[in-house]
Amino acid sequence: MEYIQGIAILIGINLIAVLGLCILTGFTGLFSFGHGGFMAIGAYISAIMTARLNLPFSVAILAGGLSAGLISVFIGQLTLKLKGDYFCIATMGFGEAVRVILNNVEYCGGARGWADLPKLTSWWVVLLLDIVCLVLTWNLINSRQGRNLIAVREEELAAQMAGVNVFRFKMIALIVSAVLAGVSGALMANYLQFLRPTMFNMAKSTDLTIMVIFGGLGSISGTVLGTILLVSLPEVFRNFAQWRLVIYGLAVIVIMVGRPKGIMGGMELTPAGIRKVLAARRAKAKLEAEVKAAEQGDAA
Amino acid sequence: MNGVPVLELKGLTKLFGGLAAVNDVSFKVREGGISGLIGPNGAGKTTVFNLITGVYKVTEGQILYQGKPIHNQEPYKIACGGVTRTFQNIRLFKELSVFDNVYTACHLSANYNLFESVFRLPRYWKEDKLLKEQARSLLQIMGLEERQELTADNLPYGLQRRLEITRALALKPKLLLLDEPAAGMNPDETEQLMRLIVEVRKMFDLSVLVIEHHMDLIMGICEHIHVLSFGCTLADGSAEEVANDPKVVEAYLGAEEEK
Repeated sequence: MEYIQGIAILIGINLIAVLGLCILTGFTGLFSFGHGGFMAIGAYISAIMTARLNLPFSVAILAGGLSAGLISVFIGQLTLKLKGDYFCIATMGFGEAVRVILNNVEYCGGARGWADLPKLTSWWVVLLLDIVCLVLTWNLINSRQGRNLIAVREEELAAQMAGVNVFRFKMIALIVSAVLAGVSGALMANYLQFLRPTMFNMAKSTDLTIMVIFGGLGSISGTVLGTILLVSLPEVFRNFAQWRLVIYGLAVIVIMVGRPKGIMGGMELTPAGIRKVLAARRAKAKLEAEVKAAEQGDAA
Repeated sequence: MNGVPVLELKGLTKLFGGLAAVNDVSFKVREGGISGLIGPNGAGKTTVFNLITGVYKVTEGQILYQGKPIHNQEPYKIACGGVTRTFQNIRLFKELSVFDNVYTACHLSANYNLFESVFRLPRYWKEDKLLKEQARSLLQIMGLEERQELTADNLPYGLQRRLEITRALALKPKLLLLDEPAAGMNPDETEQLMRLIVEVRKMFDLSVLVIEHHMDLIMGICEHIHVLSFGCTLADGSAEEVANDPKVVEAYLGAEEEK
């Protein structure tokens, strides 16, 4: 039972970071391979506050999220004007830079790692924060600001011509994703009670991005599904030891080939979301029927 | 002609390296008028549009919108100020529904901020409902309400053009720039489009500047035509004046051989 709860907590912690990336990658169309870096910032800030300064955990979580957000503002100023893949490469550099810097900070244990952090992350804290983050991201996406984010993803130039300040909205998406990654890192530090810079390497960053893509770009319910599946899959197959990562890889490949947009790509698993998809299908069928009828009319 | 022209270009020049894509071009668009911008391929027509909308920075010269300079402003600011456009190669939000395309572009009619969205404060509920209504009525006016649930990418070509114009109108513009709206249309559809442009101008009380190769359309609706060739002004005047200008005929059809 404790084992299952452990997996659930890991899912919950990762979900917060992945939700942030879902806003950045899934809805705004910016790919990042450096969000492990923001997670690391949140984790180490929270660890310092709880282990060294004896501050309450709530303050530590808040500080973790806010400091990651603050740093993302600088990163964004420098990189968000870059086009296409260059932004992705810049984030990759950022993630690695954070890791290398942390390797050399002896105050936080350096490369050897930092053990015996206080265990403060409980199942209830994770669940509560998950619900709060889900509601807030959902509200963000379903607002005029959220629609502007989607417009940036769909057609940047057209978004600009529709009066969308593209830079500002990319910045909003980056900050939101960084804050959530920071919060997730803070929970992680005080759950595992151990931190080491390599925990936040590029593999971690790509893991987060894969969860977003696997679940489906532009879908919050897909993101939740993707996170649950991809965090629990290696655990479920733990008995097969060396095979579990093969299965993980296979699952990702099967989804990419079979459903290139991810499991839920662009759809939401809610009554309104399903209605919308069905209505679009009906409208398409109706249009095709009308075109066919017109063609037959011409022929006759 | 009454008052300030809605748009005025003064000695507009754009250099790409050593190449003058637009060279010392000046013309005006009258408030409430429909003007045409024509010229052979590569004459710099779309470049002029990109300069007006702020996509490119101006090398030299001025662009005045309602008497105020707008050149070298951020594109979104120019759009918010009331200058919107469509594209030669349609740029819709392809994966969104027809309704969401317009709903998204209506965003300037609401004032609720990010905080109010995320926490669903009262102003969000009140104003977002208005946005929905605005989008719905726009689609109805433009005859797209029947297709509003369709994904924009699946719309027939002619309706995609229409949707792009609708999306531009959602910003309540004062000046609408249409970049080859009739490209790829048959004469029937072109005819419909002509009527639509004239109607839209009247209904939304705006001015139109249109780039087109279909001479029927240009000659049919434009009160004023400006002709470009290799970035330079070739002619400027009413449809009739331009059509009879030997320089224009030469640019389009080649020089007449000496007899």
